[in-house]
Amino acid sequence: MGSFSADKIFNDSHLDVMKELGSMGTAHAATALAKLINRKVTMPVPNVSWIEFSNVADFMGGPESIIVGILVSVTGQIQGMMMFLMPMESARSLTKAFLGKERDTQEEDYAFDDMERSVIEEVGNIMISSYLSSMAGLTNINFKPSVPFVSIDMAQAILSVPAIEFGKMADRVLFLESQIQVQAEEGKADVDCSGCFILVPNLHSFFRILRALGVE
Amino acid sequence: MLANMIIVGMADLKAVKAPGALTTLGLGSCVGIALYDAKAQVAGLAHCMLPDSKQIQNNSNVAKFVDTAMIKLIADMEKLGAKRMNMKAKIAGGAQMFAFNATNDNLRIGDRNIEATIKLLKQYNIPLMAKECGENYGRTVELFADDGRFVIKSVGRGVKTV
Repeated sequence: MGSFSADKIFNDSHLDVMKELGSMGTAHAATALAKLINRKVTMPVPNVSWIEFSNVADFMGGPESIIVGILVSVTGQIQGMMMFLMPMESARSLTKAFLGKERDTQEEDYAFDDMERSVIEEVGNIMISSYLSSMAGLTNINFKPSVPFVSIDMAQAILSVPAIEFGKMADRVLFLESQIQVQAEEGKADVDCSGCFILVPNLHSFFRILRALGVE
Repeated sequence: MLANMIIVGMADLKAVKAPGALTTLGLGSCVGIALYDAKAQVAGLAHCMLPDSKQIQNNSNVAKFVDTAMIKLIADMEKLGAKRMNMKAKIAGGAQMFAFNATNDNLRIGDRNIEATIKLLKQYNIPLMAKECGENYGRTVELFADDGRFVIKSVGRGVKTV
């Protein structure tokens, strides 16, 4: 077999399946978040698309915009990783909702203290785990997530991690853009937790997921 | 950023003559390979994602891999008047963005990119003048064709010129 690439192998019905999986996953993640902070959350239908390497960072505000990335590596019947990415504002509004404290504006924008960092880690962990468990339920495939790892840095630098994984099989990255919006309530500020999920299975695992759902 | 600064994207490479300059934004685990010939005042910059094109089936984009990018970068610079024997190298990137206890080869791709780059530079007899690699943070770099100065910027770590 000569040169083949995942973006040629995948057709619209594959993308539809991934979109459906993404919707279910995000819904589970949103429910988990709602329980965690005891607030109502809403989510629009996620966007699923292949993004060229040169444009991946535009999704998160440009190559040098500082974002928060939470990564969990996945083993078991599927090999790969799952990421949740959010802009700094989302991370800030999350930590504020949890810890109920205003941040010191003197601090640099990218600086989080230990408490804030563990809030981000835990929220990311819970959202990614519920996403994965929804996928496990639908596909009957067993996913074993690792502990979460957090990185706060330039969007392009963080996105190099999934881009390199996809780079082994394609010239694009499969993005599941999910927004989770926490509604304003009396006496409580609006919390915006929009972000992106990126599922990065190896090629073999990708087809295993599709096969499990009856797509060839 | 200077008006004559050209952006090199992810899995991309470019070469320029002075007074031109090249930049690549947010190198993570990718490696940024900067070559320059100060005599001819020609510089070339590549933003590579993977160490070896021979291990990958989908390898049509030469800039994606260290081995194929280096060949193309040298050739493009020679077209602008640079000589291989006068070329020098400065490299950056190859970070491990997430703090895995990485034994898995997939997760230490940054190290592998750096190792592959250093090995190839030796093969091509291009001296390595500076190396701002590894650790766990992203880097933006700028390369100036007039004297080969290489500027590295990181979040919360200031600016460094080598």
